[in-house]
Amino acid sequence: MTEKYDPKVYQALGITEQDLEPATAEEKASNDQMRPSLSYWKDAFRRFRRNKLAIVMSILLLTIILLAIFGPILSPYTYKGQSADVRQGPSLAHPLGTDKLGRDIFVRLMYGTRISLLVGFVTMILVCLIGITYGAIAAYVGGLCDNLMMRFVDLMMTIPSMLIIILLSVVLRDPLKALIENPSFTALASLGSGLISIFIVLALFNWLGMARSVRGALLMNRTQEYVLASEAMGAKSKWVVVKHLLPNSIGVIIISATGVVPSAIMTESFLSFVGLGVSAPVPSLGSMANDALNGISSYPQNMIYPAVMISLIILCFNVLGDSLRDALDPRMRK
Amino acid sequence: MLRYALRRFVTSVVTLFLVITITFFLMQLVPGEPMLGENINPEITERLLERYGYDKPLGEQFVNYVTGLFTGEMGYSLVVKSGEPVFEIIAERIPISVELGLIALAIAICLGIPLGVLAAMKHNSLFDRCFIFSASLFVSVPSFIMTIALMLVFGVWLKLLPIAYLDSWQSYLMPVFGMAIYPMCSLARLTRTTMLDVIGQDYIKTARAKGLSTPKIMFKHALRNACIPVVTSLGPQIAGILTGSFVVEKVFAINGIGRFFVNSITARDYPLIMGTTIFYALLLIGCNYLVDLAYGLIDPRIKL
Repeated sequence: MTEKYDPKVYQALGITEQDLEPATAEEKASNDQMRPSLSYWKDAFRRFRRNKLAIVMSILLLTIILLAIFGPILSPYTYKGQSADVRQGPSLAHPLGTDKLGRDIFVRLMYGTRISLLVGFVTMILVCLIGITYGAIAAYVGGLCDNLMMRFVDLMMTIPSMLIIILLSVVLRDPLKALIENPSFTALASLGSGLISIFIVLALFNWLGMARSVRGALLMNRTQEYVLASEAMGAKSKWVVVKHLLPNSIGVIIISATGVVPSAIMTESFLSFVGLGVSAPVPSLGSMANDALNGISSYPQNMIYPAVMISLIILCFNVLGDSLRDALDPRMRK
Repeated sequence: MLRYALRRFVTSVVTLFLVITITFFLMQLVPGEPMLGENINPEITERLLERYGYDKPLGEQFVNYVTGLFTGEMGYSLVVKSGEPVFEIIAERIPISVELGLIALAIAICLGIPLGVLAAMKHNSLFDRCFIFSASLFVSVPSFIMTIALMLVFGVWLKLLPIAYLDSWQSYLMPVFGMAIYPMCSLARLTRTTMLDVIGQDYIKTARAKGLSTPKIMFKHALRNACIPVVTSLGPQIAGILTGSFVVEKVFAINGIGRFFVNSITARDYPLIMGTTIFYALLLIGCNYLVDLAYGLIDPRIKL
């Protein structure tokens, strides 16, 4: 057995007596250079910022949104104002030329972009309202109610939605027209019955995914101790859901919500393209593409503008959705 | 397995019935009626409505229609060739639509999945980057725009391919690719993601340690696990191809069933709306049924 302070052992290990002195405050501080602890949101934002493509797409989307808002306001033309200057090429007066009725294509394109973005955002909000409420009720009530509610979602998912969407968007138009002529709904009248029926139809068939993921996230969070603690202190179920469970599922909600936007925009442009969407003369990117189809060999540019715009908008939302999912997924945290 | 197949069959039939019911009553709500027109003697309209049975109460019409379906009776179109049986209209035009759809689906699967596997194998290589960039780009282009873009580039500008009708093999290229590119890219992207997940797992390292060749590991060991989410997404993909066909048949002037779907609604052709809906619903629900059964074959761990 060796002695407690055997210099030979120190020598063999290459340790001098100074190494065993207690560390000074300075040395302690220099050792403390750990990463400051980040909150979930700061961490997510840091990861999002590192994704260059996502930043480029955010800037692009912001530009498109600003153009869509201010383009029609600043331009001297309106989307339905016709003139004798038919089928003109790009010029200073008309940056993208005019169509077969002499309408300024730039203003129509921006107006159509407005419609597309509006469809995306309004559908997203409606889907969040329906999906979160439905999912939260199913998860919190549980039991037979949950089972029935989820079987209903399963059944809805098996219905080929496009067929019903097409039919329903036509059916809803007339009752809606009667409704918005009612003086108490004048705020909605400016949107037009075609657009409102699209909002409703798209929301009706897109909330299923949201309801499922919200329910899943809530069920996962519900088993945690803090919920038990809150319930033990006498919290009502509404409090638990609204104050604890939903805020902790916000990542899942954001991911599903951003997924809804591009698919809603795509469906709207398809409906308008086959002539069942927004009613003329209000331009939608889909109906502009449909109008351009007749003169496509002589005036291909009239097709290219709306086509590129739809694809750009959808691309932006797809990339943003992907990078948000990467940023918000806690498993990606390093 | 058999019990599961039976249970899924029953739910499929219920879904089909639900779709028929919803469509039947929604269709009646579409503003406007059949047989309406200016300068038509109201007596004649009445007699026409009586002949087609539209004077009866809705409930009775529905019961009559559904019982008629069991005997293969789908009514007569009100518009197409003034009174052709709906069944014949559909039967005549199904082959071309189904042919186009199946070729498009085959291309999407046979090109999309291997491309995704390849990109995952060469993760972070130049090929992978180019692939993921172009695939993300293409899944942002709605299929109706892709179809028109193809027509514009190859038909109008380069004049390489015919821009209408189906009479030679070249004329199939554009319609089929117009429908196939979107599902192909989304399948490829999904395959790549799930493959990357699977490749990181231990059993792949084991297979590598045993000295198996890379293609064998990828296609035999990894793909089998990776393709479960891919198979799940096939159902929606098929639905997407079908909606693509509405536009493709319009753009390329193909005499298929797709264009009737939208046209019959605008023409208030009740029997044809029902006929095309039933046909599409049958096709989609049937495909979903097959996809669900395929799980058990792909992954023996899933107890059906």
